[in-house]
Formats: sequence, C-alpha cells, structure tokens
Amino acid sequence: MWTLLSNPHRFLAFARWAVPIAYGLGTIIFAASLYRGLWQVPPDEMQGGDIIRGMFIHVPSAWLCMGLYVGLAVASFVWFVWRHELADVAARAIAPIGASYTLLCLVTGSIWGKPTWGTWWVWDDPRIMSVLVLFFLFIGYIALRSALETRQRAARAGAILAMVGILNVPIIRFSVDIWASLHQGPSVIRAEGPAMAAVYMTPLLFSFLGQILIVSAMVITLMRAEIFTQQADRMLARRLGGQ
Amino acid sequence: MKSAPIHYAFRQALVEAWAGGAGLLLPVGFFGGTVVLVPFSLGDSSALLATAGPGVLWLALALASLVTLERVFQADLQDGALDLWIQEDNLISLIAAVKILAHFIVSGLPLVLLTPLIGLMFQIPAEATVTAMAVYGFGGVSFFLWGGVAAALSASIARAGLLIAVIALPFYLPTMIFGSLAILEDGAGTSDLFLLASTLFALGVAPPFMGAALRLAAD
Repeated sequence: MWTLLSNPHRFLAFARWAVPIAYGLGTIIFAASLYRGLWQVPPDEMQGGDIIRGMFIHVPSAWLCMGLYVGLAVASFVWFVWRHELADVAARAIAPIGASYTLLCLVTGSIWGKPTWGTWWVWDDPRIMSVLVLFFLFIGYIALRSALETRQRAARAGAILAMVGILNVPIIRFSVDIWASLHQGPSVIRAEGPAMAAVYMTPLLFSFLGQILIVSAMVITLMRAEIFTQQADRMLARRLGGQ
Repeated sequence: MKSAPIHYAFRQALVEAWAGGAGLLLPVGFFGGTVVLVPFSLGDSSALLATAGPGVLWLALALASLVTLERVFQADLQDGALDLWIQEDNLISLIAAVKILAHFIVSGLPLVLLTPLIGLMFQIPAEATVTAMAVYGFGGVSFFLWGGVAAALSASIARAGLLIAVIALPFYLPTMIFGSLAILEDGAGTSDLFLLASTLFALGVAPPFMGAALRLAAD
C-alpha cells in the first residue's frame, strides 16, 4: 500500500476521498466520545471531580504529539535514505500539527494541574518535561526549515535534525525521570488508585481514535496543499520559460 | 585516511582563536564578567552563592558554547576548506569533532581553570569545587558537540546565532540534568556516571550528523 501511495498522483487520488471520510468519521467519533465524556460519565472523586472530563482532550493529545514526532522522524528517515519526495512533504506537514498538539497537551495539562496538584506548573514531573522538550524540538525543526532557502536544503537539514532528535528522545526521557525521582516535591500528590474504570476508558479510547482520524486528515490536507504548490510552481516555471 | 588535514584543522582552530582577538583573554573575560554579575543578580548571601554558584556556572558554560558556535564552520565554508574535506569518506566527521574539541579547549576549558578561583570567591567548599571542575570538563564537551550539530546544520545560514540556540537547547537537557545532579550529589550518587555516559554518547553520535550536515552546507 505504501509503495502504491508513494506516487504523488496516486496519493492525490487517494487523498481526494480519504480526507473527507477521515474528517467526517473522526468528527462523529470525537463528538460522540466528548458527549459521553462531558455529560454522561460520572465525576471522579479521586481525580478532583469534574476535572476528569479534561482527560478526553488531554490524554489523547499527549499520545498524539509523541506519535507525531515519531512520524516526523520516520518520514525524515525514509526521505533521507530513499529520497521519496512524498516523505519530505509528509514531514513538512507533520511539524506544525505536532507543535500545535504539544502546545495543546501542555495547556490542557496545566489547566488540569491547577485544581488537582494545586499549581499550574511543576518542574519535577517527567511527563511535563518530556512534552515541553518535544515542543522545543518541533519549534527547532520548523525554525531550521524556514531559515533555509531551497526546498532541497530544508528537507535535508530537517531530516538530519529529526533523526538526531529521535535518537535523543529516550535519553531526555531517562534524564527527566532521574530528575523527578530525586525531586519528589510535595505538590505532586498523585493518587494513582486502581486501574482506570471502563466507564472512562471507553470514551478515552474513542476520543483517541477520533482525534487520530482528524489529525491524519489534517496531515493529508497539508500534504495535498504542498503537492499542489509544487505543481503550481512547476507550471509557473514552464510559463515563464515560454513553453 | 590521511591524518594531516585533521592535525591542520585542529591547529588552525586553536591558532585562529589565539590570533583573532584577545586569545584566551576573551573567554576568561566572559566567564569573569558572568561571575561578577551573579552576586548582583542572586544577592550576596554567601550560603546562597555557595549552593547556587556551581549551577549558575554550569548554565554559563552551556550559554558560552552557543555564543561562538556560529563562527566555527562558517569560515571553512567561505574559504572552501569544507569542499576539500568532503572529498574523502568520513574525514569530515572527524574534522568536525576535532574542530569542536578545539573550540571547547578555547571557550570552555577556561571556565574549568577559573573554577578554583570562583569557588574561593563564592565560598564553595573545596570538594564541591573539584566535583564542579570535573563536571564542567567532561559535561562541557557534550554541550559543545550538540551545539556543533546545530552549528553545522545552520552553517550556510547568515546570522544563525539564535537559530543555533533554539535547535541545540533541547539536546542540552540530559547533560544539564546529569551535571547539576552530579554537583548536588557530590560523588555520592551515580549521576556523574550518567554524565560521562551522555558525553560518550554525544562523542559517538554527534560527529556523523555534523558530517552529514556539513556535506549539505558545502553542496
């Protein structure tokens, strides 16, 4: 399937029907899970009552921003090794969406932290720190790409940076784990409690599924826009060349 | 593989630092100036300076690595040395590593040498000073290596100073954490070993990526 889609024309044909389906299906699933999560699920006393409802946005955004960085690195690797143009188009499309999702994760986490932990921000929680670093990795990637003039250079430099980044992510995660284990502040009293009840788990997973579909649709939309831009550039160049 | 270009690159990096400006005086002046500012920004309570001092210097070392990185590869790109170095397989990675090492000797090592004096001024205990020197010496190399990757990636970009900082800072985090924990633990924990491990990791991983980035810059 992947080799089939690596052809831009076949990819465009696939995107034409895949994007609306993914958007539609994703919106329906996401809206249904939000309705269940916001209105039907009982408040959870251990997690601070109604604030548990923020989970249906926050937790999928955390999973997604990590997944998007892995996707960025994989696309970069594929481009770097096989020079598939579409892989670079994908990497370029993933970056801004990934950055937005890390920001969403940080903001919703902060809002959740205020009533449950008693503070907007802590420095000794490894999950906050890894997502924050992920945000800076995305920002660095976007900044580097936009500073380089030609597309080819931007693609190469971006691919190198994304590959170094993914190699460092486990080490960063390990280091912030160590940092947190030595700095158990009094603010972080997390009642882990029993494993999550199914009444929360089901809408959470459906929300995740819905957001995966929406994010994929967004990425493919940006990829399409990029391919169209390249085609327009080529047409313009031909026109200017007098053909 | 010829070793002459590597020797040459190393010597040239040192000579340039010595000739183009005030030599060692410049980094020593930078760290000296930073140290003078610390008591005025944190307050001059000696207990606070003794505990916060090593960490502040650690941060100063990280920032010092970024200040001058912009120039490390740009001159070689402009005078064509890069074009010669990329002719041979793998040579460029070694040369990049050697140049970064020379850069560390010029702008990082002065801090290590200044540490006993600063420790005296901040009333840091002698053992803590020794730990801090070891941390600056070993951990600093990894700052300069990751910064070198960012500098190599932006070698063809004019005025890349801030960009280098934005790209490199996330990679500084593990070294930063292990180093400051090693200073806090003062030899009692395992963070010094993690610091060494992360520096060795940087030594192994950063040069090939610097090489790849410099090939891109020279194209």
